[in-house]
Amino acid sequence: MKLNYRIVIFALAIIFGVSFSMPSLLQTEDGKKITLGLDLQGGLHMLLGVKTEEATKSRIKSIAASVKHFAERNDILIDGLTFDETGVKFELLDNDDFPKMQEYLKGIEGTVVQDNNLIVSVSLTQEEVKKTEKQAVDQAIETIRNRLDQFGLSEPVVARQGAEKILVQLAGIKTQAEEQRARELISRAAKLELMAVDEARDARVSVMSESDAAAYGDIILPDAKNPEHKYLVHEIPILDGGMLTNASVGFDKNNRPVINFTLNAEGAEIFGDFTGANVGKRLAIVLDGKVFSAPNINERIGGGSGQISGDYTVVEAKDLAIALRSGALLAPIYLMEKRSVGPSLGADSIRASMVALTGGFVLVIFFMMFYYRLAGVIANIALIANLFILLAVMSLFGATLTLPGMAGIVLTVGMAVDANVIISERIRELIYEGKSMHKAIEDGYANAMRAILDANITTLIASVVLYAYGTGAIKGFAITMSIGILASMLTAILGTHGIYQMLENKIAKSKNNKLWFGIKG
Amino acid sequence: MEFFKYTRTFNFMGKSKIAMIISILLVVSSYAILATKGLNYGVDFAGGTIVQVKYDTDAPIKKMRLALKDNVLFDGASISEFGSPDEVVIRMKTTTGNVTQDIGDETRVALKGTGNFEIRRVDIVGPTVGAELKEKGIMSLLLAVLGILVYVAFRFEWRFAVASIVALVHDVSIALGAVALFSVDVNLDVLAALLTILGYSLNDTIIVFDRIREGVTGSKNVELEETINESITRTLARTTLTSLTTFFVVFTLFIFGGEIIHAFAFTLLVGVVVGTYSSIFVASPILLWFGFDVKNYHNKLAEKAKREAEKQRMRDQFESGVM
Repeated sequence: MKLNYRIVIFALAIIFGVSFSMPSLLQTEDGKKITLGLDLQGGLHMLLGVKTEEATKSRIKSIAASVKHFAERNDILIDGLTFDETGVKFELLDNDDFPKMQEYLKGIEGTVVQDNNLIVSVSLTQEEVKKTEKQAVDQAIETIRNRLDQFGLSEPVVARQGAEKILVQLAGIKTQAEEQRARELISRAAKLELMAVDEARDARVSVMSESDAAAYGDIILPDAKNPEHKYLVHEIPILDGGMLTNASVGFDKNNRPVINFTLNAEGAEIFGDFTGANVGKRLAIVLDGKVFSAPNINERIGGGSGQISGDYTVVEAKDLAIALRSGALLAPIYLMEKRSVGPSLGADSIRASMVALTGGFVLVIFFMMFYYRLAGVIANIALIANLFILLAVMSLFGATLTLPGMAGIVLTVGMAVDANVIISERIRELIYEGKSMHKAIEDGYANAMRAILDANITTLIASVVLYAYGTGAIKGFAITMSIGILASMLTAILGTHGIYQMLENKIAKSKNNKLWFGIKG
Repeated sequence: MEFFKYTRTFNFMGKSKIAMIISILLVVSSYAILATKGLNYGVDFAGGTIVQVKYDTDAPIKKMRLALKDNVLFDGASISEFGSPDEVVIRMKTTTGNVTQDIGDETRVALKGTGNFEIRRVDIVGPTVGAELKEKGIMSLLLAVLGILVYVAFRFEWRFAVASIVALVHDVSIALGAVALFSVDVNLDVLAALLTILGYSLNDTIIVFDRIREGVTGSKNVELEETINESITRTLARTTLTSLTTFFVVFTLFIFGGEIIHAFAFTLLVGVVVGTYSSIFVASPILLWFGFDVKNYHNKLAEKAKREAEKQRMRDQFESGVM
């Protein structure tokens, strides 16, 4: 028995494997662990798309709102203020106001201003449209992340995928109600608008069509509690949720939950101006296209704070406040892909794959022992070491173990012994040729090495491609396969070689090829 | 224990004509099945919705069909057993893009009164995502093949590379044919299985090729056919053993892995069998037919050695200051 560098490396690798796989195997409190994929622990996976064209539209809408406010504040008379998906259009009534208005419009970034006989049109530049669209996606990611962080789930994943897709992964969603809440929180536009009720025509709203309303620059919005009840409001809002600084849950005098919000300085100024000029009229508080309340304006409201009352529970009010605080989604999102797995299915999958893993493992171990005797035992030691190292590396990287990943481990068991089969066959051949034990072992390894390397590298190529192009759970398969192959080079080639070198003299002295390699002679 | 003790060389290449006929028949019929029956694309690639429901007794499929019949949301839905009689999946071609409206909830409401059940899985794949996954899938297969081709050409010789690729195409075609024949749902996991087959079958082929390369360089024998026969015979024990262990492992996965891994294990099972066969009876004969010239290869090797020697001589001269 003599020590050699191979056996030392192998021993270190085993120590590494065992110690770093322990946190995952024993589920200890500390230490880096393997994360279970959503398909194994249950959870919600969603791929969301962003309707970026809506962001451009609302950007144009807010330009219209600011033009209106500017004109009113500076006593500039304008008429026929309209907007569509390309831009804003209005007519200046007084030529003298033109320079002032032009100056103001120049200050709005990313716009092209054209005028034709005092008819002014403002449209967004191509770059601005692109920028707005990109911003919409960035902002959606940021907003969704903020909302989920406040939702109270551990480690929600919100990530960009491709140019305008958003990946959301929520592990540990246990119940249907929880999933529903999360989905509502994510998708809620949370677009708060304060709008002026068109008092002159509101009485006739029940007989008006959308196009009638549009002719007056109005839109028809339903009441949040009673959708049958409609309001006629000016389409261009007084201000929107972008000027919101805070939102929190409070209680009204009947002890029902309400949402208190505060506006920033600009918003407070606009709000103050509007309420001051419109005493006696109604202000509609509109959230996501529904009128939550439309109180009468009794006096000028300074300070920039307000209240949204509605018929909601405390939990709903809380989620709504979260949504308002984290900001509105600039553009609506839609579902492109959803995969939700219940925790019980995940547990079943774990159980089934554990049975397959153990079954396959035991089968291979017995087969190798039966066929190669002690050489088989040595191969089995390498195989077990391989599993530990695989788990350890995955734990260290915090890799995710998915169901296909489990299949990858099972397959690794099958393929990792291949190297030892090749080596053992080569050694047997050389023993038959009458070579000395030392020569048989050394040449056996040398001869087998090329084939094993070539075979492993090609499998590795396939795994890497799978990783690069695979999505979700499939990536997990590629990861376990790749790590398994790399670990097998350490254990099956280097490790077993070290064991043989250590035992070489013993094997040679015993002259018992049946015991050591399962052959006669 | 030994399966094959090397006593004499088997004449594998003598059987290669029969093998070729079998292979061509298998591949052609695979493509015929693919062309007529077609692949049964699952939601991953075709887009659509899947709802997996588990009852605490046997699933009342008839009652379920009745309950969903008049619901617009479940128009064209098919219900089938999934692995065990108490578990079913509802498949639909339609998807909903609405984040808040959930087909899982809708199913729960619609199936109310059919018994005690639990909704265990909801998969919705929108049409654009499905198309993208398909594109990526085909791309990954092509890239993997290309990568392997380049590597084998670099390590062996171009004829080896082409022969191994033909064997790979052969294996993947037959596996796909089997997948189509048994109407297995083609999802991402089947793609993963196909890529694994690529790797696995190539492993087998490379082990044999390595022996052939060794035989060709190591012996004076210029008869390629004999070298191939000897190489295959000498690797036969390894091929059988590894194929058997892998087969066992995949088989346990197939039997015990649960319904969700079934398609993956099935594809792989076919692949292991076909892959083993192809490395012996497809890849090697092609090498022969492509006219891999041993003499020429020997000459090339000799030339290369000569060049190396010449270089070394020059270097020595340079170092000793003669030049």
